[in-house]
Amino acid sequence: MSQEFTTQVLDEIIGAHHNSPSAVIAILQDIQERYHYIPKAAFTPLSRRVGVSEASIYSVVTFYENFSLEPKGRFIFKVCDGTACHVRKSMPILERLRKELALTSDQVTTPDLGFTVETVSCLGACGLAPVLTVNDKVYPAMTPNKVSALVAELKEELSHETN
Amino acid sequence: MTKGVMTIDGVTVEIGEERNVLELIRKTGVELPTFCYHSELSIYGGCRMCIVEDDRGGLIPSCSEEPRAGLVIKTNTQRLRRYRRNILELLLANHCRDCTVCGRSGACRLQDLARSFNITNIRFINTALNPKTDLSSKCVSKDLNKCILCGDCVRVCNEIQQVGAIDFAHRGSRMRVSTSFDIPIADSSCVGCGQCAAVCPTGAIIVKNDIDNVWRELDKKDTLVTVQVAPAVRVALGQAFGLADGENSMGLIVAALRRLGFDRVFDTATAADITVIEESREFSQRLLSLQSMPLFTSCCPAWVNFVEKQYPQLMPHVSTCRSPMQMFASLIGEEYKNCGQRHVHVAVMPCTAKKYEAAREEFKVNGEPNVHYVLTTQELAQMIHQAGVMWDDLEAEGVDTPFSVLSGAGVIFGVTGGVTEAVLRELADDRSSTGLKKIAFVGVRGQEGLKEAKVTVGGRELAIAVVSGLGNATTLIKDLLRGARKYDFVEVMACPGGCVCGAGQPVAALPHRAARGQGLYAADRLSSVKRSEENPLMSILYNGVLKDRSHELLHVHYPGRESHSSI
Repeated sequence: MSQEFTTQVLDEIIGAHHNSPSAVIAILQDIQERYHYIPKAAFTPLSRRVGVSEASIYSVVTFYENFSLEPKGRFIFKVCDGTACHVRKSMPILERLRKELALTSDQVTTPDLGFTVETVSCLGACGLAPVLTVNDKVYPAMTPNKVSALVAELKEELSHETN
Repeated sequence: MTKGVMTIDGVTVEIGEERNVLELIRKTGVELPTFCYHSELSIYGGCRMCIVEDDRGGLIPSCSEEPRAGLVIKTNTQRLRRYRRNILELLLANHCRDCTVCGRSGACRLQDLARSFNITNIRFINTALNPKTDLSSKCVSKDLNKCILCGDCVRVCNEIQQVGAIDFAHRGSRMRVSTSFDIPIADSSCVGCGQCAAVCPTGAIIVKNDIDNVWRELDKKDTLVTVQVAPAVRVALGQAFGLADGENSMGLIVAALRRLGFDRVFDTATAADITVIEESREFSQRLLSLQSMPLFTSCCPAWVNFVEKQYPQLMPHVSTCRSPMQMFASLIGEEYKNCGQRHVHVAVMPCTAKKYEAAREEFKVNGEPNVHYVLTTQELAQMIHQAGVMWDDLEAEGVDTPFSVLSGAGVIFGVTGGVTEAVLRELADDRSSTGLKKIAFVGVRGQEGLKEAKVTVGGRELAIAVVSGLGNATTLIKDLLRGARKYDFVEVMACPGGCVCGAGQPVAALPHRAARGQGLYAADRLSSVKRSEENPLMSILYNGVLKDRSHELLHVHYPGRESHSSI
């Protein structure tokens, strides 16, 4: 689960980047790493500290696909749909994953914030196609059945964490 | 040393100080079409209308190409015409095409260019997303159906004004000009200066229009409609009727307003005289107590908004004086409160932020605003057109009593440095005409964004800053907060050049702005009363309606004023 947003954490992150306006992207990446998304509450203090307008920060966040303004799940699936993965049938994997978690292309995160399913254009690991990652751990040569097993495993892990 | 020559359409041109090829082309008398190029903004190179062809068939966006010796270019070839047409067609593809009901119709660059490129048919289906118009602000409205993403508004808001209310959000086909989280403009850091509307080449951002409301009031039989006209209006309105920028047409404006049906016409410069007296008193008091120094002027509503939103801790520095418009509105309200009719007061201003100021709670008496409607200079021109009043047949008239006397000091309020000069005339030890001339040359005049002056008053040397453009104001505030600068008096006008360049004025290129300022200084030279205090009306007012009530009628308490600040 992502932690509650605090300005103290934000201050630490911004401080590590010396309040520099040119480090806005790096700061946003650090915020996202910590919370799995960019909390709206971060905008005003970030804007004041680095001297970049909130509208400009919003501009950066909405420009890059990688930044999210929506809270993301504990486990983030990134299913590769690059050319190599696509021809080796990544789509059925994605479909199975969405079916298992009751997600769609619009609703990418489960309501309990357990899982997020996204696609990426290429993970640069075409030799392992079809490939996906879960929180940066790489799962090569996937199949729909393997994905179902993985989801079951992670659900189990999640229930332990929350208990 | 010469930088060499370039060849433009077969003409040899010497390269001077031009920053880019486009400027050089314009110097040769060719007006290349552009949407995203403004000489005072950074270069964006987005619209691609200014492309030119070099002698090897290469295409160059002339706005973002440095002039270099030996370059041979053509600006008008078959290929370039085809590309420009294509660009226009593509821009129109997802553009609202209801020109006849657009607030910018007739003054729209997209419309102009579509016409001059003879675009009669658009081959692409209209893919406009049809988002809702943002009407939240009192000053401007934003309709993304008409946005061509040239970014002019974004750059003027961020670079010149440093307000940062808007920026591009999303990308590709979903890209749009947006506030943070797409909140309504009224809730953003927007201060209402309207400079975005002034640079917008289409109708995507336009100034709110109050004409119909004012017509309704003028039509009512039992309503007395009074109007005040700001100093800056007189040197710009004429532009809409073929006069040169800077030509003073106050007399004709008064005549036109009477023809439109206004019952009493007044000149805001009269109230500016009161502002000068009040502000000078406040300044003298603060000089003695040395509390909340420097004193910031408070005439400009966008500036007041800016301090409230961005630097609330500095609100105690802002003068408690109401703006001349609001001072006058209080006085006029007092004058006509027992007139036996409903009284409605209208102000004609060069300014969009005045529309917000008029609606502020602080300026309401028993729930009624002191100024019911603010019309911009452009709106007044439109009303004159609507009513069919023939401008050329008008004969100049004078304003109405009892507020018919004004000084030159009040008139120059409309130009950057004018308020400061008027206050200095009031405070100066040397009251001779040479003294007056000296004040004019201490450095408060001119179009520069930040001017500094030192003046000795009562044996004390005062440091004064005159700022126009909120970006320049931001720089100054940061320096003040760091302790890098120290002043006693700071005049700020949100629009670069002051009110004469306000967003409610007919749009003017840089050289014309200076002409408008000169027009006000000329009016000042011709006025027989130079100092506000010497305006004979002042003693009448101060011994009459203002007796024991000057604080109530002329000052304002904005929230946040009670906090303490030390710079």
